[in-house]
Amino acid sequence: MSELPQRQTDIGPPHYEQFLHPVIKKNYGKWKYHEILTPGSMVHVSDTGDKIYTVRVASPRLLSTDTLRVMADIAAKHCDGYLRFTTRNNVEFFVDAESKLAPLMSELKAKGFMIGGIGPGISNIVHTQGWVHCHSAATDASGLVKVIMDELHEYFTEKQLANRVRIAVACCVNMCGAVHCSDIALVGVHKTPPRIDDTNVKNSCEIPSTIASCPTSAISPDPAKKSVKIKLEKCMYCGNCYSVCPAMPIADPINDGIAIVVGGKVANLRSAPMFSKLAIPWLPNNPPRWPEVTNAVKQILNAYIAGAKKHERVGEWIKRIGWEKFFQEANLEFKIQHVDDFTFARETFRTTAAFKWTT
Amino acid sequence: MSKKYQTPLLDELKKGAFPSFVTEIEKAAEHSDMAADLLGLVELSYKERMTHWKHGGIVGVRGYGGGVIGRYSDIPEKFPGVAHFHTVRINSPSGFFYTSDAIRQVCDIWDKYGSGLTNMHGSTGDLVLLGTKTEHLESIFAEFSSRGWDLGGSGSAMRTPSCCVGKARCEWANIDTMAITNDITQHFQDEMHRPAFPYKFKFKTAGCAVDCIASIARADMSIIGTWKGDIQIDQAEVKNYKGKIDIQAEVIGMCPTGCMKMSGDQLVIDNSNCSRCMHCLARMPKALRPGKERGATLLMGSKAPIVTGALMSWVIVPFIKMEPPYEEFYELIGKIWEWWDENGKNRERIGELIERVGFPRFLKDLDIKPHPAMVKEPRRDPFFFWSEEDIVR
Repeated sequence: MSELPQRQTDIGPPHYEQFLHPVIKKNYGKWKYHEILTPGSMVHVSDTGDKIYTVRVASPRLLSTDTLRVMADIAAKHCDGYLRFTTRNNVEFFVDAESKLAPLMSELKAKGFMIGGIGPGISNIVHTQGWVHCHSAATDASGLVKVIMDELHEYFTEKQLANRVRIAVACCVNMCGAVHCSDIALVGVHKTPPRIDDTNVKNSCEIPSTIASCPTSAISPDPAKKSVKIKLEKCMYCGNCYSVCPAMPIADPINDGIAIVVGGKVANLRSAPMFSKLAIPWLPNNPPRWPEVTNAVKQILNAYIAGAKKHERVGEWIKRIGWEKFFQEANLEFKIQHVDDFTFARETFRTTAAFKWTT
Repeated sequence: MSKKYQTPLLDELKKGAFPSFVTEIEKAAEHSDMAADLLGLVELSYKERMTHWKHGGIVGVRGYGGGVIGRYSDIPEKFPGVAHFHTVRINSPSGFFYTSDAIRQVCDIWDKYGSGLTNMHGSTGDLVLLGTKTEHLESIFAEFSSRGWDLGGSGSAMRTPSCCVGKARCEWANIDTMAITNDITQHFQDEMHRPAFPYKFKFKTAGCAVDCIASIARADMSIIGTWKGDIQIDQAEVKNYKGKIDIQAEVIGMCPTGCMKMSGDQLVIDNSNCSRCMHCLARMPKALRPGKERGATLLMGSKAPIVTGALMSWVIVPFIKMEPPYEEFYELIGKIWEWWDENGKNRERIGELIERVGFPRFLKDLDIKPHPAMVKEPRRDPFFFWSEEDIVR
């Protein structure tokens, strides 16, 4: 094997400045305003009069080096070799003149990239690793993203909504993607408690930390077996014990499923940031195309489209009409699981006699 | 190359308009046995509706306690290519800006030692290299670090900080988010690479209250740019918006504090009642700009629902100047980490700790003066504590 170069430690990431397009570097901190030109392009105008044009394309986040090289080549050819990625897994290409937009966009299209994701539509879906790379995934994440965006891609490329609808997917309740403040989020959930493999608990788990990991104190020691036991009626299937102790597998292919939560946002625009709340407690985990899930997402989205006023996010629309009305408008059944019995439960009870009659 | 495995279920995910992750894995499988076996393994997960990855083992590079996530298949005999399939987290540059050459450099190294698959980017913001074997880790680290790259955070450590695009391409950036993120990362290299905290700690920096980096939902320390002073109004541009948007309905009518009105042709803002939510600036970017005194609000404690419910970050410092060398900021972080270290339980996030022992105790212990901006409303109950100095003896 060839000689390896000398390693360095604690040097931190490369400084961002070397990666900035010259126009961005020159106008750093001097931007005056921006305009959205199309759902896939925008221009930022500087106090100096300089302009930078951005073209945004979708990516599946999981990218091969082959595709990254194609992106690098396009950036080299059209953008002086500069590009960036967004937090929602899109890719942005920069040009410094309007005349350079059309050639860039036509090459991106020719190479199969989907242009869009800017403005009041549906941008890319933030998501977790799922079956591609995670040990605690209750469902796949990349697959759900693909089938939902296949259904909704027109809102990425052309169609506009009252405001942005941010969709997120977490393949288990760990929610690595922190999807809990999204307009519509899908979360992989379990319905059954973990199964205790006593021999392996004894050999591979630390019993005190396993017991401490349970938020409902459902786990207690089982000294006879040098293992643990679970009070089944107390278990809320969070899987936190499985994260700490691999000998307590919780995956259950028949009963694992997908919950949908809605109405969250992170921006402070108009109203304070909001958590997403439960709309559908469980849908079957039905790969490869999850028809029940995509239909439910469309059902919720269509109710929002029919009811929201301009600039209202999903959560703002629901707040205005009331959650009782939301269940009616979205044609969703209100079930016992919707009533909170966890940490913040009492703040959710309706302490007023004023509410809307719904069917 | 002919396909190693039949993947009828995954093939369904090559159909449809949106770019497909299956196509990406197939491309990598053309030159990587690891990627080829990943296709087979994921197809089996699709068939059985369950994951085939085991818990991470402890793997890494010499001198570091994080940056690599060990990953092993639970059926290595069937798919030897993914018997090891470790993730390497490369610390991304602020704002996720790259050059073509930098991307090619990453690809060249990764094609040599890994599966050829990446995540651009992981949820926390790392450039994620997906799938390599234990014996390649030192080589990967030498190749990257000798070229100026370093590993990101994992485990009970400071995680890779991330930020919005900030001053690089946004007129609303009240603080230099990319410089702050880079500075925090460099300042805390040891805390990032050698996990010594009760649990993870995340910094996210947003230039304004639009919070494009979602800092308020997923950062133990959310740094959100804001301003003091009057919103700058270009009245000529306000006039230009007439006819393009309905200023009364879309801007004034949607202001949450009702602090705006038109007086003839002039837009008038009662800035003393403005809560800086950003709605009017977002609707009329040509006409309105933030006030001139810039800084940040520091909020703390957000996390996902695992385990006792989700938290959003809440205000601990209403206004702080975020300018180099960030002395006041680093002093505060040092105090917070020391307090967390003394009081936190294993796997307890800072927000959970403050919730457990009480926000007043946090403020007292850290000698932070209470401010009405820290709460939505004061307490409703009469069960509050007093100190010895409050009592007449």
